[in-house]
Formats: sequence, C-alpha cells, structure tokens
Amino acid sequence: MNENLFTSFITPTMVGIPIVPLIIMFPSILFPSPSRLVDNRLVSIQQWLVRLTSKQMLSIHSHKGQTWALMLMSLILFIGSTNLLGLLPHSFTPTTQLSMNLGMAIPLWAGTVATGFRYKTKASLAHFLPQGTPFPLIPMLVIIETISLFIQPVALAVRLTANITAGHLLIHLIGGATLTLTSISTITAFITFTVLVLLTILEFAVALIQAYVFTLLVSLYLHDNT
Amino acid sequence: MASVVPVKEKKLMDVKLGELPSWILMRDFTPKGIAGAFQRGYYRYYNKYVNVKRGGVAGISMVLAAYVLFNYCRCYKELKHERLRKYH
Repeated sequence: MNENLFTSFITPTMVGIPIVPLIIMFPSILFPSPSRLVDNRLVSIQQWLVRLTSKQMLSIHSHKGQTWALMLMSLILFIGSTNLLGLLPHSFTPTTQLSMNLGMAIPLWAGTVATGFRYKTKASLAHFLPQGTPFPLIPMLVIIETISLFIQPVALAVRLTANITAGHLLIHLIGGATLTLTSISTITAFITFTVLVLLTILEFAVALIQAYVFTLLVSLYLHDNT
Repeated sequence: MASVVPVKEKKLMDVKLGELPSWILMRDFTPKGIAGAFQRGYYRYYNKYVNVKRGGVAGISMVLAAYVLFNYCRCYKELKHERLRKYH
C-alpha cells in the first residue's frame, strides 16, 4: 500500500526512455492557434476565456507591467491545463514535481526583482523598510523584510507542489478506502464515496485556483517592481 | 504479382499484400519526414472533428480518452498487482 500510493508521482518512463517532455508538451495540443476572425467553437471558447482573464489580471498594472501579459497568460494556461489533466485517471501531473515548480517560480520572481532594481532602484530598495517604523527597530526589520523577499519563490513553488500532491494523495487514499469498504459495510462505503465525489469537485476547483494564485502572485511582485 | 504503377506512388489501400514490405521501406523515415507525418495526422484529426462549424465535446474528449489509455498502458506493470484476484 505504501509503495502503491507514491508510484503515481515517479518520473514516467516507457521502455527505459523518460517521456516526461512529451507529457509536459501534451496540453499544448489542446489549445489550437486561431487562424480566422471567427473560428471553431473550441478556439472561440478559449479566446473568450483568455480575454476575460487577461482583462481582469492586467488591469492593475502600469504600461511597463503590461508587457508581461504574454508571460502571465501562458503561465496561467499552462498551470491550469496541466493541473486539470492530472485529474484524469492514471495520468502524471508535472506540477507535482518540486523541481518543475521551482524552475517556474525562481526565474519569474527573479525577473520581477531584477526589473525593479534596474528601473526603480531607490523605490525597490525602499520596500525593505515599511513606513513609520520606530528608529531602533530598523535593523531587525530590514533583516525580516529581506528574508520575506527571498522566501517568495520558494513559497510559490512549494505552495503549488504541496496543494496538488496532497489532493492527488487524498483521492488515492479515499478511493482505496471506498473499494475496501464495499465488502465490509455498504453504507460506510457509500458515505466514503460521497466524500470522494466532493473531493473530486474540490480538486477541480483547486486545480484552477492554484494556477490563478500562482499567476496572481507573480503579477503582484511585478506590480511592486514596475 | 508485379503491378503496372510503381509501388512508390500508391496509397496504402491500393498496395497489394506482397508489396507491403517494400512500401513500408520506401516511406520517409528522416526526422523531417516523421515530423511531417505527425503534422499531417494532427491536421487530419483537427479538420475532421474540431475545426467544424458545429463541433461538440466529442472532438476533445476522444483525445482525452486516448491520453487516459496511453497512461494506463504506461502504468500497467504496477496496476496489475492491484487486481481483485486470489492469486497474483
């Protein structure tokens, strides 16, 4: 049981060849590029969703921050579609791997910080000291703000990994419990099955929410620094 | 058994069974040829099921079903121990 629970998170290999790049690139097939003014239904629905999300997400940024629009929209599309595809049975979710989430979080966060340092050096350095602090507290507060700055990318990555992994593990556990309980007591199995249905609905929501939160936080760091 | 039209230009349905190995061997197996084959296959599926005036959920759900099947085949080795049998 212990080994079975975590085998869905190991890197997938087929006849010894790791096929992780194929699985990471699979969601791109589901987003066809629009070629006409009025496309087929799939492309129209995706265009509508992208317009809705981009308007809401980029409204708070200045002109400089809005140059990040492509990056933020592809980020939310990628994380959302990868998380949702991971809810299909037996599939592998790349966002459960901390390595990949760190690889997404650290460059994006470093990009926002570097943008802030380059164009508004005084203002971004001023972020280290909140307004109106008493004079003796300043050294300690600068240290605390530095630590909280450097923990931002780690928090981004670990948040996404932990949420998605925990959700998948819960589904595995409760599903296994439901199966074993059917032979012992049908009513308890039914209750557990209801829990499983509710959990699956939650996982759909979590998949989308996590994508949104990741992108929102990156855009927030961007807003601070532009 | 030899046909009038050379084997090279025939489509798969017109190739006779005896000519099948030579037909397979004459296919373009360079990376560019394989990429072209994938591109042709993708557009064949896309234009038949997705890029239509009144497409439905079938176009994308067939792709997802194939994805589930692919992942099932990938983990079959671990899954066959979880069957409800007396002897594994």
